[in-house]
Amino acid sequence: MRRTLERFTLLGPGLAYLTALMVVPLVLVLSYSLFQRGRFGGLVYEPTGENFARLVDPLYLDVVLTSVKLAGVTTVLALLLGYPTAYAIAKLPAKWKTVALIALVLPFWTNFLIRTYAWIVLLSPAGLVNDALTGWGLIDEPLQLLYRQPAIVAGLLYAYLPLMVLPLYAALERMDAELLEAAANLGARPARAFFSVTFPLTLPAVVTGCVFVFVPSIGNFVVPELLGGGQTAMVGNLVRDQFLKARDWPFGATLALAVVALLVVLLMIQAWSARRLQGGRDA
Amino acid sequence: MSRRSAIRRTLAGAVVTALALAVAACGGGDDAATSAAQPDALNPSADLKTQKLTVSNWDAYMPEDLPAKFEQKFGSRVTVTKHATNEEVMAKLTAGGDSGIDVAFVSGPFAQALAEQGLTEPIHPELIPNLSNLYPEASQLAYDPGNKFSVPYTWGTTGLCYRSDLTGYDPDSWNDLLTPKPELAKKITMLQTDRWLMLPAQKALGYSANTKNADEMAKVKEKLLAAKPGLLAFDDTTFYERLVSGEAALVEAWDGWCNYGITDNAKIKFTVPKEGSDLFVDTMVILKTSKNKEAAHAFINYVLDPEIHTWTVENILYKVPNKAAMEKLDPALAKKYPNLAITPAELMQQETLVDLGEAATDYSRIVTEVAAS
Repeated sequence: MRRTLERFTLLGPGLAYLTALMVVPLVLVLSYSLFQRGRFGGLVYEPTGENFARLVDPLYLDVVLTSVKLAGVTTVLALLLGYPTAYAIAKLPAKWKTVALIALVLPFWTNFLIRTYAWIVLLSPAGLVNDALTGWGLIDEPLQLLYRQPAIVAGLLYAYLPLMVLPLYAALERMDAELLEAAANLGARPARAFFSVTFPLTLPAVVTGCVFVFVPSIGNFVVPELLGGGQTAMVGNLVRDQFLKARDWPFGATLALAVVALLVVLLMIQAWSARRLQGGRDA
Repeated sequence: MSRRSAIRRTLAGAVVTALALAVAACGGGDDAATSAAQPDALNPSADLKTQKLTVSNWDAYMPEDLPAKFEQKFGSRVTVTKHATNEEVMAKLTAGGDSGIDVAFVSGPFAQALAEQGLTEPIHPELIPNLSNLYPEASQLAYDPGNKFSVPYTWGTTGLCYRSDLTGYDPDSWNDLLTPKPELAKKITMLQTDRWLMLPAQKALGYSANTKNADEMAKVKEKLLAAKPGLLAFDDTTFYERLVSGEAALVEAWDGWCNYGITDNAKIKFTVPKEGSDLFVDTMVILKTSKNKEAAHAFINYVLDPEIHTWTVENILYKVPNKAAMEKLDPALAKKYPNLAITPAELMQQETLVDLGEAATDYSRIVTEVAAS
């Protein structure tokens, strides 16, 4: 009995927090998705399943697939760029590690919108990138870099790369250097040691980093708007448009729920794989 | 069992619980719609000093010192809240209950939507003597003939805004935008908001800007999809800057915003395409829930004061439907910004945008399809 009370006291604040800020809003969103659109926004309290049926409309599936593709490419690139970066930082002397980490996180303190606008300055036909390329004589005509999907990927990659680097850095930093020595003593060359020892040990961090990058990427709507020129719809834009333009709250809520469901599945995969990888190591 | 009915059945249980929850959480929002718009008797000699006003407007869309001046003159405290879009303020006003807003600045179709829902207070003309400053045309607007529930604040039209030095010719048709000359490809932007994204194709095809006809909408979509490869972007906010920088040569623009480009580059010109365009009006409405309706009327009356309303033209470069204010304007201004000289009669030849009702969903869908293509 006392144990129950103790547990409740300890869990209480956390549970209350979760209930108030997650369970209640989600239930509200769920209830929105069950009703019909008011003509001028808001809800008409007549239950319908239409909103869920609309989810499988090819038009919206197409938008979801585009989002998954762009967020996926962003995640892969973030991993390819982030891993060496994290590795390099982990190998730095302690003093420089701090400097590198601060440099990595510093841009986060600037307004996201402004940083995204900066990419327009970089990529526009008269921008720095085109200027440099024409200046070096590599191209004659400015390239159309903006308002294409690669520009969106560049913006997302730039925004979320630190979320890949930080967990990887933490894992690499924690790694026992003696394991690599042992590998070397057993005759493994550096490349072999990396793929047999280092990479498997950091795999949970890789999964974490991928989820950290993928999740906000797929929900982002500012970057596709500004760097995609409004010509590529991602699921974040779709949700926003349902609420703010189409005045269709029920369908907006349904779409939002679908995204949340997708993310929950991803987080479950992450948790499962982390446990499995961890367990495998202990065994 | 069809998929739809399967979904219905699965959801049936959840619906009961959710219904209870949602009703409890949101309260009944649509009660106001059922009560007919009956004007409450207002007291013309009410003490305005005891009334407070909350006004929702677009940012920088009226004189910065207007609340202070109004307060000085009438003693009512004015708080201004800002909205970025019609949809944003609509969400507040239609969410049910008292939004706390007394006067809202919204575009014509949105004023109409609010009125149809019974959310607006009828305008009491006797409390707004400055209504007589308005052009007669301003009380013949299709969404609210006779200014029964809204008072027009600014008006204008949508057209082609272009850099004459970059285009090399003077475009005069929506087709210059939709099927551009090859050298202008990727140097063109179109507006992004539903109504104006559709407008060029609607007008180029000879349809109404308020069409709800399914066949016409299908043709409009086809035309927009064909136009998309020639576009640089869909852009509601920076198109005039793109013209100034030369990134774009020809854009679809509201006349007032084209003026912002002209300020920086005199080679920028504006034209209303020969197929015709829209007449858009931004209006002021008083909310039914307002407890300060006398002060709200006094506020609108104050905004229509020629001195105050001239500020609007001089600073935001939009035309106002206020004859007295337009006549006070420095002629040099209309010379620099020729579209300020478009007369009310010319404006009235364009088609006034009205609320689409249920068809708004069809517009949104086409816009999503074009964006996703």
